[in-house]
Amino acid sequence: MLTNSPPVLTNPSLNFLETVKQATPGDSRLTMCIQCGTCGGSCPSGQDMDHTPRQLFAMIRADMRDEVLRSNTPWYCVSCYFCMVRCPQEVHITDIMYTLKSMAIAADMYETNSAADLSQNFVGYVENYGRSFEFGLATRQYLRHQPLSLMRRASMGLGMLSKKRIDLTPTRIDNLGQLQAILARAKELEAPT
Amino acid sequence: MTHYLFYPGCSMQRSARPYLDSLMTIGPDMDMTFEDVQDWNCCGATEYAAVHRIPSYALVARNLALAAQQMNGARTLTAGCSACYLNLAKTENYMRRNAELNLVVNEALAAGNLHYEPGSLQVRHLLDVMVNDVGLEAIRARVTRPLTNLRIAPYYGCMVVRPDLDDHFRSEEYPMSMDRLLKALGAEVIDFPLKTHCCGGHMTQISQPVAFEMIRRLVYGATQYKADLMVTLCPMCQLNLDAYQGEVNQHFKMNYHMPVLYFTQLMGLAFGHEPEALGIGKEFVSARDALARIGVDVPEETAVKRPLHRAKDDPSLPMPYMPEENQ
Ligand code: SF4
Ligand code: SF4
Ligand code: SF4
Ligand code: SF4
Repeated sequence: MLTNSPPVLTNPSLNFLETVKQATPGDSRLTMCIQCGTCGGSCPSGQDMDHTPRQLFAMIRADMRDEVLRSNTPWYCVSCYFCMVRCPQEVHITDIMYTLKSMAIAADMYETNSAADLSQNFVGYVENYGRSFEFGLATRQYLRHQPLSLMRRASMGLGMLSKKRIDLTPTRIDNLGQLQAILARAKELEAPT
Repeated sequence: MTHYLFYPGCSMQRSARPYLDSLMTIGPDMDMTFEDVQDWNCCGATEYAAVHRIPSYALVARNLALAAQQMNGARTLTAGCSACYLNLAKTENYMRRNAELNLVVNEALAAGNLHYEPGSLQVRHLLDVMVNDVGLEAIRARVTRPLTNLRIAPYYGCMVVRPDLDDHFRSEEYPMSMDRLLKALGAEVIDFPLKTHCCGGHMTQISQPVAFEMIRRLVYGATQYKADLMVTLCPMCQLNLDAYQGEVNQHFKMNYHMPVLYFTQLMGLAFGHEPEALGIGKEFVSARDALARIGVDVPEETAVKRPLHRAKDDPSLPMPYMPEENQ
């Protein structure tokens, strides 16, 4: 490793709380949580989640790694940031949800889950074209997860097409090599979990 | 003439083309020019960070670095999509406030011979520059076709006003800037309590019942308030509320008809432009009846035929096939 590399390697003996904290870019303030419950009460997808964000943070503190990574909670987070702006401790809740998603994918611990697939398909498009391919994304997503709704989907798809609102000619960025080099280096610099 | 750098984002290239077209039409009216960030890449929306953490910041930082190189005196980088805007604004803010993240991200950028100095750019949403740089007075002075009698539910969604790390909108849950803008255009603006509730984002691709309920709540709310239409500032919000409204109706056996337009399209109408120049007519839920109230005639839609087979010399990448195409 180069001498000017920033310290990103984590200590494997860290507890789960420290691991999540270190894996979250920026300052997550996760350890500041006072278990007030404001986050769960503010969450639009709370009723579909296995655990409220508050419960999940208590579980992280209790070192319940596997239960946390298997929870559907992060996958139901729609990034609305209500919790984050209401949290009295300014915990970066939404960022922590992203961290947990990526840790669950890395540990191969998410339940068969269309949200994780969507994210991974999307990453594929970004890394191969530098642009996303909204409609192709939606089509692949539906073929894999909701074949029965395909016909209805298709009619919306055709509507998008006749209204010229889908992308028939996805573009590749000019300097894809540069983007790929940046992402490859960033992956090396990612703290292991 | 005020010059802005502009990050268009993937959706404005196609599904939200009317947003881009209307912006380009009204820009000159307000002496604004928008210059695309050259060779920009997708910001990763809300998906990239769910898979890779540090790379999700590096992905966005490449755009910041390119924009900074191209600055040409313009310090403000604008965006129209909520997710694009937040990703740019958040990466800029976090790199500025967190020395360690700044170091790591710049080390990744160095692999592409780029560097971004935090603080060199100010990231702002289009609505913010219209309301605060152009100003409501100047906007009002441009109005030639006031939107009188048009009842509008202003819908901000989430990510432009939250978390609002640099405090551009001053209210994370009940912002007023778009309300004031629409009033300046002469519209009757509803005090819409759901204005910053979430439309579900990518949830339509994950769980339809959850997504449809989130969309239904918003359309129902606007209907209850007798809105003629909803106005958005985000391609994803527009897509969810407009393109999925038919499926939401089927799912709940309802019959909502709530057109959803971009604030830039309403500005264009008020400035006297014709609907075609503003991309009006491409919505799923027709805005014809609503716009007739202000004397605007939206032409009937002309169906666009598409070729059955790809031409051999078609340089574009192949599309995933739709079932109908195989018949
Ligand atoms: S709102 Fe903040 S402090 Fe309260 S439980 Fe949630 S994360 Fe913890
Ligand atoms: S950001 Fe995620 S966890 Fe927080 S309130 Fe919104 S959906 Fe819930
Ligand atoms: S948020 Fe959406 S539109 Fe904006 S760049 Fe990302 S994928 Fe493209
Ligand atoms: S309202 Fe929906 S699309 Fe708009 S910002 Fe929120 S999640 Fe994204």
